[in-house]
Amino acid sequence: MKVIRWSTLVPLLILMVFPVIVDSDYYRHIFIIALMWVVIGSSWNLLAGYTGQVSFGHAIFFGTGAYTAGLCVTKLGISAWWGMLFGGPVAVLVGLIIGWICFRLRGPYFALATIAVGEIFRIGATVWRDLTEGMQGILIIQTFRSKIPYYYLALFLAAACVYAIYRVVNSKWGFYFVAIREDEDAAESMGISGFRYKSLSLAVSSFFTGLAGAFYMNYMAFIDPHVVFSLHYISIMAILVGIIGGVGTLWGPPAGAFIMVLLQETFRSSFFGLLPKWVSEGHVLVFGLLVIFVIRFMANGIIGDWHKIRQIWSRAKSLPPAAAGN
Amino acid sequence: MEVFLQTLVSGVLIGGIYALVGLGMTLIMGVMKIINLAHGQLMMIAMYITFVLFEYLHLDPYFSLLIAMPSLFVLGVIIQKYFLNPLLKVDSILPENQVLMTVGIGMVLTEVIRFIFHSDYKSVKTSYSSDFIYAGGISYNVAMVIAFMIAVLLTLLLFFFLLKTDIGRSVRATAQNKDAALLMGINAEWITIFTYGLGSALAAAAGSLLLPIYYLFPDIGGPFTLKAFVITILGGLGSTVGAIVGGVVLGVAESLGATYISMALKDAVGMVIFLLVLIFLPGGLKAWTKI
Repeated sequence: MKVIRWSTLVPLLILMVFPVIVDSDYYRHIFIIALMWVVIGSSWNLLAGYTGQVSFGHAIFFGTGAYTAGLCVTKLGISAWWGMLFGGPVAVLVGLIIGWICFRLRGPYFALATIAVGEIFRIGATVWRDLTEGMQGILIIQTFRSKIPYYYLALFLAAACVYAIYRVVNSKWGFYFVAIREDEDAAESMGISGFRYKSLSLAVSSFFTGLAGAFYMNYMAFIDPHVVFSLHYISIMAILVGIIGGVGTLWGPPAGAFIMVLLQETFRSSFFGLLPKWVSEGHVLVFGLLVIFVIRFMANGIIGDWHKIRQIWSRAKSLPPAAAGN
Repeated sequence: MEVFLQTLVSGVLIGGIYALVGLGMTLIMGVMKIINLAHGQLMMIAMYITFVLFEYLHLDPYFSLLIAMPSLFVLGVIIQKYFLNPLLKVDSILPENQVLMTVGIGMVLTEVIRFIFHSDYKSVKTSYSSDFIYAGGISYNVAMVIAFMIAVLLTLLLFFFLLKTDIGRSVRATAQNKDAALLMGINAEWITIFTYGLGSALAAAAGSLLLPIYYLFPDIGGPFTLKAFVITILGGLGSTVGAIVGGVVLGVAESLGATYISMALKDAVGMVIFLLVLIFLPGGLKAWTKI
């Protein structure tokens, strides 16, 4: 199964030349955010799409990464860039502890437990002011004024994450993950330790999500608990990115990330100012409608059901003569 | 001691309303085996219906129960019939598709309301909202007491319905074993639709009852969805008696948490209990009550 062909380097090349061609910080910013979501969505997909453990709590790892970077500045007095080094491992540590608690639950109960843990983290980060500054949040000073260094860093992270997940899912681990997703009891009876491989999947997933969090801290230079530990803006968004693109596919979440971020920005800016202002209030509504539509009609997402979409397309072109024959 | 008793009383009173939210969720979970993550949002819709009726027609919130409950019943029927049931026939990688669908529905409901009413906080102030009765050194909020009594009444009606009527028995049969119920000639699909409607109507009742003592904004649904599933897990899945106990336990735990730990940690208390129950008592309180 060779998914990465030379043609897949085309999007990478386009993304590499994008900031050189487009000389607008606004569009660069949108793409940086989209690339960050590629990382989060792909990591979520490894755990949910490949291993079958639907997490509603990826904000935990994102927030942990972000706060690790932030605390490097406020508590240790070193640069927030150290967070890029520590953020991933700390998120993995948190992930393993959570996994130890939550992996004894299956299916929807696992999902519920992750919501609960996520809420505990959010409330905890709000209340524990000595450590996190509470709702005041953490404010640092951005290192670069230009967007370009951040852009290439985000691109590197996204590419590394997708490549790492590609390697993982095509290794022995990946097959174990899928076996657990399809039937955990059967997998266990074949000698695959459900707990161990679910934890491994969670570790990889939380590592990259933590990195994305640390990157967010460095890039946005401001975090507070309601942003980085948010159930809606991070955890649910990660799920939406995965579902829209297609769970259990390598290219689903990257596609989903770009679709979601571009859609969000299009609506938030009222179609770049072309439509009346009230349109901007509807950007979450559009997400909801899109999710309902995708789950209802394209259960495996845009990439997962790509052949179906193409079929509709090609049938629409080829049908008229046949229909005329009737 | 008085503080403790006062906390306990207000916990039990609010717990009665929580129980209604939990009962609806439990019924849906029992029959469909899914978690309805739009439950709080349905309740929010009912609260807005009640609010509009009060604001423009000056209808008493308790009276508008009679309008909010049927409306939400219809809404629930539509959701189940046209959005959730069709998913059973779709082949997908994740079995949690229906749950994710309820997330989408919840988002749409919240955003539609935000579109219409904006994010402002609203409240319904009735003449008795801030009246108190004093008895035995403890004060009882009149609105809360009325709400609690109506909640108990509705719960009794629900039990009568589930235990004594034909449809109620069909609901229970479908919850116990869907295939066996089908073999007995029960139209299980219709029962799922009916149950979702009933669950939504119960959430609506809780919403209308809560309104005079609470405030209202479009995002209020999320926290109540969390509360609802905490109650459901606490009570043992699909156990109706458990849901009532769970509701009261959550109400008391929250108000004890608010009094003795901190107001800010009130919501975390429920979550911690929830995790502890999931881990140490996976059957919920049902494991003890055996119902």
